[in-house]
Parts: sequence; C-alpha cells; structure tokens
Amino acid sequence: MSVTHDARVQIHKPAATAQRPAVRGWPDINNPAAWIVAVILLIMPLIANGFFLIEIFATTLILGTIALSLMFLAGYGGMVSLMQLTIAGFAAYMVAVFGVSGNANISLGWPWWLAVPMALTLATIFGTLGGALAVRTEGIYTIMITLAIGAAFYYFTNQNWAIFNGHTGINNVSTPHFWGVDWRWDIPFYYVVLAVAAICYFAVDYISRAPFGLALQGVRDNPRRMAALGFNVNAHRVAAYAVASFIAGLAGVLQVWNYRQISPGSVSVGACIDVLIIAVVGGITRPIGPYIGALVFVLLRTFALDFLVKIGLDGNRFRLLIGLGFLAIVFWSSDGVIGLWQRWRQSQRPRSDHPGGGRGHG
Amino acid sequence: MDSVAQRLSAVGAGAALELRGVTRLFGALAALTDVTITVRPGERRAVLGSNGAGKTTLFNCITGDFPPTSGTIRFFGEDVTHFPPYERIRRGLRRTYQISALFPGLTVQDNVYLACRGVSRGRFSFLRPGQNDALMHAADGLVQAVHLAAVKDQRVAELAHGQQRQLEIALALAGAPRFVLFDEPAAGLSPTERAELVEILTSLPAHIGYIIIEHDMDVALRVVESVTMMHNGRIFKEGVPEEIQSDPEVQELYLGAGHE
Repeated sequence: MSVTHDARVQIHKPAATAQRPAVRGWPDINNPAAWIVAVILLIMPLIANGFFLIEIFATTLILGTIALSLMFLAGYGGMVSLMQLTIAGFAAYMVAVFGVSGNANISLGWPWWLAVPMALTLATIFGTLGGALAVRTEGIYTIMITLAIGAAFYYFTNQNWAIFNGHTGINNVSTPHFWGVDWRWDIPFYYVVLAVAAICYFAVDYISRAPFGLALQGVRDNPRRMAALGFNVNAHRVAAYAVASFIAGLAGVLQVWNYRQISPGSVSVGACIDVLIIAVVGGITRPIGPYIGALVFVLLRTFALDFLVKIGLDGNRFRLLIGLGFLAIVFWSSDGVIGLWQRWRQSQRPRSDHPGGGRGHG
Repeated sequence: MDSVAQRLSAVGAGAALELRGVTRLFGALAALTDVTITVRPGERRAVLGSNGAGKTTLFNCITGDFPPTSGTIRFFGEDVTHFPPYERIRRGLRRTYQISALFPGLTVQDNVYLACRGVSRGRFSFLRPGQNDALMHAADGLVQAVHLAAVKDQRVAELAHGQQRQLEIALALAGAPRFVLFDEPAAGLSPTERAELVEILTSLPAHIGYIIIEHDMDVALRVVESVTMMHNGRIFKEGVPEEIQSDPEVQELYLGAGHE
C-alpha cells in the first residue's frame, strides 16, 4: 500500500462514485412528501382565498426567505446574524426610494426593473460590510454586533427624514405592471413570491453541497483547521454574508411590494429577533426549517388573537403564545420542528434505514 | 509556481525548512527561545521532549497558527514568517493536530474533499463537483490509503478514535505536500493501528519530508533519520536516532525520568 496524494495516480471506481452526487445531492427528489407539498403550493390559488393566499402563505414565504438567509449563516457557517431583517428592510427602503411611491419628494421614480437591481446591490453591499465587521468576532459578540447594526438602522430610519421619511416611512410604493398584468394582484403576486422562495431554497440547498457551502460548514466546525487546509476563513465568512444579504434583499423587495409601504416599525429590533425565533423554531440545520418556522409564526400571529379572545383572555397576549411555543420547541428539540419531525420518523422506521443522519446536508 | 521556483533557485534552495532564532512568548512565559533548525527537503526528523518543552508551539510557529514573537521562518527558501497559515499551506506545508481537528458535522469523504479543495483553485466555487471531478477522485484515493473507505459516507462525529486519527493524517496529505508536521499521530492508537501508521509514514514518497512529534519511541525512531531534542523551549541536542538514544544526558532528562 502506498499513500498517494495526486489525482493522476488514484484507483478509480466509477461505479461507486458516478451516482453519488445526484442521489446524495437532491434527496427531495425521492421524497413523496416533498412532491405533495410542491403540488399543494402550486395549486394553492385554487383552494385558498385571497386572504389566505397573501396574508398567510405569501407572508410565510417572504418571512421564511429572510429566515433562510439566517439559516444559511447560522446552520452552515455557525454565525448567528440578527441583522438579516435589517438587510431586507434596507432593500425594501431602497425599492421605495429609487422607485415610485406616494412620497414624490423622496422617491426618484425609477422603473421597478432599475430600482430592484439597485436595491439588491446596495443591500448586498450593506450586509457584506456588516458581515466584514461581524466576522472579526465569534459567538455572542457576532450576535451583539449584528443586533447593534439592526438597532442603529431602526433608530436612523426613525430620525432621518431626507431619505427614510422618519417614523411615517414611505407609503403607496408602486408595484410592477407589465404584460398587462398587475403583479401585485393576489394570484400573480403569490406566484412571484413562490418562485423567489423556491429559487432561494434550492439555491441554498445546492450551495450546501458545492465547494463553497462545504467549506462554510468546515468553517463552522473548525475554523482553525480550515486555515491549516489552505482556506482563508474570514474571506469565506464575508462571502457567506454577501450570499445571505442577497437572499434577504430579495425577500425585502417582496415585502415592500406586499405591504406597498415601508416604515421603521418593519425594521424594529423586535422584528429582527422574530426572524431568529422563526429560524430556531423551524430548525436551522436544513433550508426547509425557516419556512416551517415562518408558517408557525404567521399562523400564531394571525389566529392566536381570535383564539385568546374566544377563551376569554386579552387578545394582545398572542406573543405570550408564541413565546410559550418557542420555549416548548427549543426545550424538546434543539433542532426545532424539523428535529421533532425527524425523531418521529426515526421512531417509525428501523434504525438501519438511517445511515448517518444528515445534519447540515440539506 | 514559476515565481516560487525562481525564488528557490535564487537562494540556493538548500533547506525545506529553516528557522532562525525563533522565539515565542506567551506573556512573560517563553514557550520557545532562540530556536534554530534547518531541515533538508525529504528529511524525516523527530522532535522529542517532555511535556512543556515547546514542541507543539514550534509547530504552531511554523504553520502560523501562532506567529513567532521574533525570528524568521523560511519554507523552501521563501520567508513565510509573516504569512497567514493558509498561504503557507498553499505552498506545500501540512500539519496534523495532537487533538484531532476535524469537521464532525461532515462525512469522511467531505472532510478529505475539503482538504483537497483547500490547496487547489475553486475554493469559492458555487458549482457542485461533477461525476468525474478530479478532486473527488483524489479524495477517494486518500480515503482508501488510510483504510477509511468503508466509512467514507459516515459523519466524522460517529467515527472511532483510531479512525479519526487516520483521517487526521489523510487531511494532511491532500494535494501535493512538500513538508508535513505530524503532532503525536500515534496518540491513543492500538498496536495494530500503530503498525499501520508506521507503514503509512514509511511509504510516503521520498520527496516529502516531515517532522514528527511522538512519545512512542517504537514509532518515532523507526520512521526518522534525525532527531531534535527540546527542553524548556530550547534545542537541547540534535543527532541521528542511535546517538540520541545512547546519550546519557538525554536519558537522564527524558528517557529515564520523564518517560514511563
């Protein structure tokens, strides 16, 4: 036996290696539950009315995409960033500032196909710069720095009238019209949101098995060893912030089209923390987690009030329900709802069906 | 690589690794004091010494994990004293860790694949490796070489200690290593695994030199041609294995008193 170290002198085993990337890479293809969910999402406009379509499902997909950007950083990179909602809000403000809105003295009136790329570029730069600051720290200090950026942006939007229009924010933001379609009508808008969320989901899933994503998981597990393998760890982390910022920016554009306005209330510190709760409740080890967390959050936010009133309690206490649910899920499963789901699945099958398990593998 | 080759010929390329007056302070404590070592390309050397002699600190200075407080380090003629670790690794330096430094959340195959990717292009690639990816094949070969082919799709967290030590070595042999630092590779291995380790070390291509820190004399003295003894952060003695073994001062300091 000899230790060879060069690709040219390897013993190739084509039969064993040829199938690996396809099968390991896209486990969802073989999963009937994934196909059922996909079909339901596609035919949703046939079964749901406008309220459910937009207030529940589109909102879930938008919030889920913001939380997905956090999942990408935290689950693969080990970096908990509390500024993902701030980046989305920044993109939303930029769409309003560069595009068309009711505040003609602020908005520049660019068409949406110019305003949106501009907003995405600026949001990505903003998030990358924030990330470049945050990667100099580890653990709780990363959380503190990103929270500080989020808090600073919130107070800045409150007090700046020249660009952000202070606490009233920017209203009547116009939405795209082309090909004879108002893309903010419920059904077209739902499909736009679904398409963006699906692209982000599959992109994150795909990247997790590409060299960039694998290296990011290596940085999460052991940054020092990554440096000793030839990787520039900080450059990798900053690049991860750039990717996450772009995803959050996309969700921010959808958010401002959804509500047609943006104000400091949308980028408050509480809202930043909501994104963390969504990601943790859903589970931060796989890209599906944030969407599950977002669905739970939106359902609770929407219906807990009625439920509480019905059983004779103050409806404003719906956050208490969210908090209790959060506590219960984190207490029972460190990997959120998908962790509970996986454990239930494993208890239903013999153990031999689960070689390895799939933490961080999408 | 051309520029590296030119620089090598410019300085004569005498040594693979050349440390001059390397000192490392931790606060007031001198972990290394004025260490000067020259290792030829392809040379295999053991660094011996009791706990706290500064052996691992020496490795950390060479790789840049902790840069030296003073002194210079040349790698194949190039001054790398102020290079970050990844720049040294990309030039052909490798190391293993005394306590396995692996990626527990990833599979064995992915661990080795990352090691191969780290010393080649496309570290930031967003494209998944294809079916005939050269680095995947390189990783397959390394996994086989360290006898881990049977567990290559298992997560590293699930491996036995001995398997993790094997993987630790595989990570250090990825790409085209020119010089490897092995930090107690036999720690916690069974006798069978030690024999496998000796086989791996002795079968490395002749142009790959290494320094090995090892307390097990049976392993250490069988795989090296020269020995450096360290004591309290200084070079204490250098020589061939037979000289070191029979040296009375060495026996008193290390083999007699310290070694069980």
